[in-house]
Amino acid sequence: MPPLLEVRDLHTEFRTGAGVVRAVDGISYTVDPGETVAIVGESGSGKSVEALSIMRLIPNPPGRIVSGEVLFDGRDLRKLPEEEMRAVRGRDIGMVFQEPMTSLNPVLTIGRQITETLEQHQGATREDAEKRAIELLEMVGIADSRRRLRQYPHQLSGGMRQRVMIAVALACNPKLIIADEPTTALDVTIQAQILELMKSLTQRLGVAQIIITHNLGVVARYASRVNVMYAGRIVEAGTAEAIYHDPRHPYTVALLKSVPRLDQPRRARLDPVEGSPPDLTKLDGGCAFRPRCRFAVDKCATAYPRLETVGEPGHLAACFRSGEVAAARENTRESAA
Amino acid sequence: MRDQPGTAPLLEVRGLAMHFPITEGMVVSRKVGDVKAVDGIDFSIARGETLGLVGESGCGKTTTGRCILRLEKPTQGQILYDGKDISRLPQKELVGLRRRMQVIFQDPYSSLNPRMKVGDIIAEPIRVHGLEPDPRRRRDKVRDLLSVCGLDPKFADRYPHEMSGGQRQRVGIARALAMDPEFIVCDEAVSALDVSIQAQVVNLLEDLRERYHLTYLFIAHDLSVVRHLCQRVAVMYLGRIVEMAESDELFDNPMHPYTQALLSAVPVPDPRVEAGRQFRPARGEIPSPINPPSGCVFHPRCPMAVDNCRKARPTLREMRPGHWVACSEVK
Ligand SMILES: Nc1ncnc2c1ncn2[C@@H]1O[C@H](COP(=O)(O)OP(=O)(O)O)[C@@H](O)[C@H]1O
Ligand SMILES: Nc1ncnc2c1ncn2[C@@H]1O[C@H](COP(=O)(O)OP(=O)(O)O)[C@@H](O)[C@H]1O
Ligand SMILES: [Mg+2]
Ligand SMILES: [Mg+2]
Repeated sequence: MPPLLEVRDLHTEFRTGAGVVRAVDGISYTVDPGETVAIVGESGSGKSVEALSIMRLIPNPPGRIVSGEVLFDGRDLRKLPEEEMRAVRGRDIGMVFQEPMTSLNPVLTIGRQITETLEQHQGATREDAEKRAIELLEMVGIADSRRRLRQYPHQLSGGMRQRVMIAVALACNPKLIIADEPTTALDVTIQAQILELMKSLTQRLGVAQIIITHNLGVVARYASRVNVMYAGRIVEAGTAEAIYHDPRHPYTVALLKSVPRLDQPRRARLDPVEGSPPDLTKLDGGCAFRPRCRFAVDKCATAYPRLETVGEPGHLAACFRSGEVAAARENTRESAA
Repeated sequence: MRDQPGTAPLLEVRGLAMHFPITEGMVVSRKVGDVKAVDGIDFSIARGETLGLVGESGCGKTTTGRCILRLEKPTQGQILYDGKDISRLPQKELVGLRRRMQVIFQDPYSSLNPRMKVGDIIAEPIRVHGLEPDPRRRRDKVRDLLSVCGLDPKFADRYPHEMSGGQRQRVGIARALAMDPEFIVCDEAVSALDVSIQAQVVNLLEDLRERYHLTYLFIAHDLSVVRHLCQRVAVMYLGRIVEMAESDELFDNPMHPYTQALLSAVPVPDPRVEAGRQFRPARGEIPSPINPPSGCVFHPRCPMAVDNCRKARPTLREMRPGHWVACSEVK
């Protein structure tokens, strides 16, 4: 089966006063129908720009998609006329963002936000759209949906608003949902409710999902495949099992070690990744992680490592030293045992 | 009660309540109710200890910190700092106290004056309080503080906007340390930072605690960070402390149904662990602190609630040594 989405060597940049920001610097990955894929990385690594590039929502100026292909369901979205692209957004691909307050229209009722999408994309009549809106709100766990239809976004709690966003995203039976930090603004118990809801709905409806997050716990719980981003590139990709238990890129290793874990006893000290993320206007031809990397060698400064298969098929890492990374982990495991 | 015999706690809070009046009417305003932000809490912090205060947004963590710092005048209760009740002291008697207690906020950006150089930001409290009248020695102190906080002393000449989030948070910490405090309220001090940087700042806070014998009230909603940084942890819900224990004890044996729901909602970064985990999200959302539920404030969402939970407010009981739980159904 061909993938539902295939992103090929995507590049997006911004022209700013400080120089050209290469926010997305050559990204390739796929999403299969019905599957949940995570894009994980720290802030500024290019996750949101990558998602907005797929949807062709990069503000221009200052931004520009420089090159690459976005094959969705057999078509290259980058080549579609704007009118057809509008139909893809909201109908074929649903979107859920971090702050529903900014993506929901504050002057429209909850009901209208949903019925508008249905009328626009599916040519539904007002009456049918309203009936469907009630169903959708019930589906996302909003009780008393008739009354809620007439309320405005500000009258709802953050968790409720995110449920509405999910209802809007699912309204036209999309094939893919892109969720960019969908629960980052919410408290943990509400976060858990929303993520469980998204999981059960996408499974039931067979919708594929891209979850974009900086939260390694969320990724571990919900994603089957994971892409780790650093400075505009995917540095490692693989199944969640491979990424968490057999990481081959020094950044992935360091990132996983730096997270304090709720299920492990108190440690006197955490293991941070020393240094700070690079300035994206000053990227050179070498590996962007090398100033923080304890495996770095001379070669890392002169050439950028390609994503290559390491270990299992489908497990990729962009590091000249991924063999040494794996060996070092084996060693620490043995000395610990 | 939880301290070594003979060592008095640095801070002891008894029956602390902070109710914000809600008023109505523009010309003649009258009180129509109260936001019960903090509603009768007790805890103490030993010298050199880090107490974690956790709970979801709106449960009253910040308000508790602000009362202790006396940025609010509490409605009720006592705040014994070094044995002296400071809860009703007038502002002018608080001056000396302000030096001994400092605060580090979540968003270093909004708490640092964007038009001041980093060096001046750190020097200002030293100058204002007359701690170091000599400008040269003051500059030296600023450089020391920067390097103690892991920043190049050259940063003294930069502006906050020229720094990353992690660096700005280090400036916030350096500024708090400038007064040689003994007690620091860290209010979501590492919450805005990325994990790799967060771990650096957590380690810095721990190093500083040891080096300067500091005592922390560490307010956070991220439970994983709290488990590692804090010796003891108190869990708040709707203005009350529902559970309090040593860190590992609390996270390994949570007893209050709210604590259990909270912990089960946090996904851990390990797909193998996640695959085997039972998941029990608390139903519903947190009620308003304006009209909190009667009896136990958690009863409408509690899977264990019985009739009595609607009527009687549970008090903290010591269920295991040092492990306190406010739930009448926990046996
Ligand atoms: N409108 C814009 N103008 C200039 N730079 C931008 C703009 N949007 C994003 N960027 C830059 O692109 C990079 C990646 O940003 P983003 O994709 O939002 O990161 P993430 O979502 O991973 O936190 C950052 O360096 C950011 O500053
Ligand atoms: N000055 C104030 N006036 C009225 N209500 C307030 C004020 N400060 C805080 N509150 C309310 O008190 C409750 C607790 O707030 P806060 O202490 O900030 O919680 P937390 O820090 O745990 O998120 C919230 O419902 C908040 O809206
Ligand atoms: Mg983003
Ligand atoms: Mg707060």
